[in-house]
Amino acid sequence: MAELWQLTLHEARAGLDAGSFSAVELAHACFERIGQVEERVKAYVTLTENHALQQAEAADKALAEGRGGPMSGIPVQVKDLICTKGIPTTCSSRMLENFVPVYDATVWEKLAAQGAVLLGKGNMDEFAMGSSCENSAFYPTHNPWDLGRVPGGSSGGAAAAVAADEAILALGSDTGGSIRQPASLCGVAGLKPTYGRVSRYGLIAFASSLDQIGPVGKDVTDCAIALNAIAGYDPRDSTSLNLPATDFTAGLTGDIKGMRLGIPSEYFVEGMEPGVRDAVEGAVKELESLGASVEPVSLPTTEYALACYYIIAPSECSANLARYDGVKFGYSYQDTPDMWQAMETTRQQGFGSEVKRRIMLGAYALSAGYYDAYYLKAQQVRTLIRQDFARVFEQVDALVTPTSPVVAFPIGEKTADPVQMYLIDVCTLPINIAGLPAMSVPCGFSEGLPVGMQLIGPQLAEERLLNIAYTYEQATEWHKARPGI
Amino acid sequence: MPLERADVEHIAALARIGLSEEEIVTFQEQLSNILDQFELLKQLDTSEVEPTGHAVELNSVMREDEAEESLSAEDTLLNAPRREGDLFRVKAVLEE
Repeated sequence: MAELWQLTLHEARAGLDAGSFSAVELAHACFERIGQVEERVKAYVTLTENHALQQAEAADKALAEGRGGPMSGIPVQVKDLICTKGIPTTCSSRMLENFVPVYDATVWEKLAAQGAVLLGKGNMDEFAMGSSCENSAFYPTHNPWDLGRVPGGSSGGAAAAVAADEAILALGSDTGGSIRQPASLCGVAGLKPTYGRVSRYGLIAFASSLDQIGPVGKDVTDCAIALNAIAGYDPRDSTSLNLPATDFTAGLTGDIKGMRLGIPSEYFVEGMEPGVRDAVEGAVKELESLGASVEPVSLPTTEYALACYYIIAPSECSANLARYDGVKFGYSYQDTPDMWQAMETTRQQGFGSEVKRRIMLGAYALSAGYYDAYYLKAQQVRTLIRQDFARVFEQVDALVTPTSPVVAFPIGEKTADPVQMYLIDVCTLPINIAGLPAMSVPCGFSEGLPVGMQLIGPQLAEERLLNIAYTYEQATEWHKARPGI
Repeated sequence: MPLERADVEHIAALARIGLSEEEIVTFQEQLSNILDQFELLKQLDTSEVEPTGHAVELNSVMREDEAEESLSAEDTLLNAPRREGDLFRVKAVLEE
């Protein structure tokens, strides 16, 4: 039998329900694995072993008494910007290094209530700003497929932990690709739900109109089970959608005959690595052989999405991060009698370069005289991007694109030039701008490194995306590949 | 559009971020490069386009104005860098 830490969520579920092993044994196995590889991968900011074992014991008790649920005893990593009561939540920032939330985020409250076991908090780019996990104030996370390379970001800890079998499941967040891009670079599955599908209450805000929490899993079924556990209306999030509950596993039929898939040429960008193109084109052929029809489509506003995003996201960020003033919580510089100097020094010392860059960019775009030229203009372009997607979704059921134009790149390669780093997210940003659901699943390798295929659907089409991904997964073996670490 | 040094200092003041000399120089160049990328948007005629704030249609969300349980003063102050009793301690805001 495989080691317990190698199991998928649904395999672990079956084993726990059958009594083949206990939740405590499963949690121990995950910590044993963490002990083997974490020193090299650095996917966690905080490990919560004692807490986890208590939760696992409670899960075993619930299972023994027939009170178990889909998440009972499942060990998860939670990205370190999702508030966990009594457990440090740092956003991988000096600013929040000693911050201990006094309440749980809704997603963690839901998972814990369903019996999930918290292994620890996942490393990330500081305040979720970055595409490589190198902006963590503590240490970069390493890609389990090649420790000299980045895992992607900002949910790099989530993707690396799942790829290295350091967690059965991880929760990430996605503002411009932060779930899908690291999932792609680490060869695992990641789902960014429709904006409003999952509550953002207790998610430390970066760009509120774009942020969305979602799962990173070992396969598509695991993502569907996780979405079941975290989705749903929450009165504490005013942008939460009030929809009837859905069982996202029910639509995993393995049948996509007659599905109309669009291939937007604009996503096969200049500078895309040939190995990525080959893998994604191969996946499109596979989907066609499974009964889907494939047609070219065009999203002409794609080239404007990067500029649109880098006005909207920093603008929202500059407003959201104004709260870090050294008064109510977080790092506080005190060594001056002057209030303004204390605040400016607090923010100078508490924030890393990328966070400062984005706050300043946003402050500029929102400032007197520039608001119309930048922020208003970007919001108008946002409308055009939405309309573009609405038009193609009258023609096709879903879109297939690469998730990232490149595979995992060497640590340090792109840190000097922010624009080069921003360009990596060119295929994922438009989806957040339009509030759409999208997922990344492994579809091959280029020079030994994983390639991800992105599936994009209209709003609330998660079931359809999951079934396309599931059908593809059933016909291929990519999701079973694991790094030799 | 290249930013002047004074622009960077102005933005930093707006954002209440102290910057070192080195940071001012670096940000002046980097922010200018990023702003250059934004010029592309001028190609699009948006004179007749309504702006989008949120991608999902939502009307104003209101609830009944009823008292609910909220965080205790103790919990609220738990992460305070400086406190005095049940208060956040701050530096003098008003000049004498």
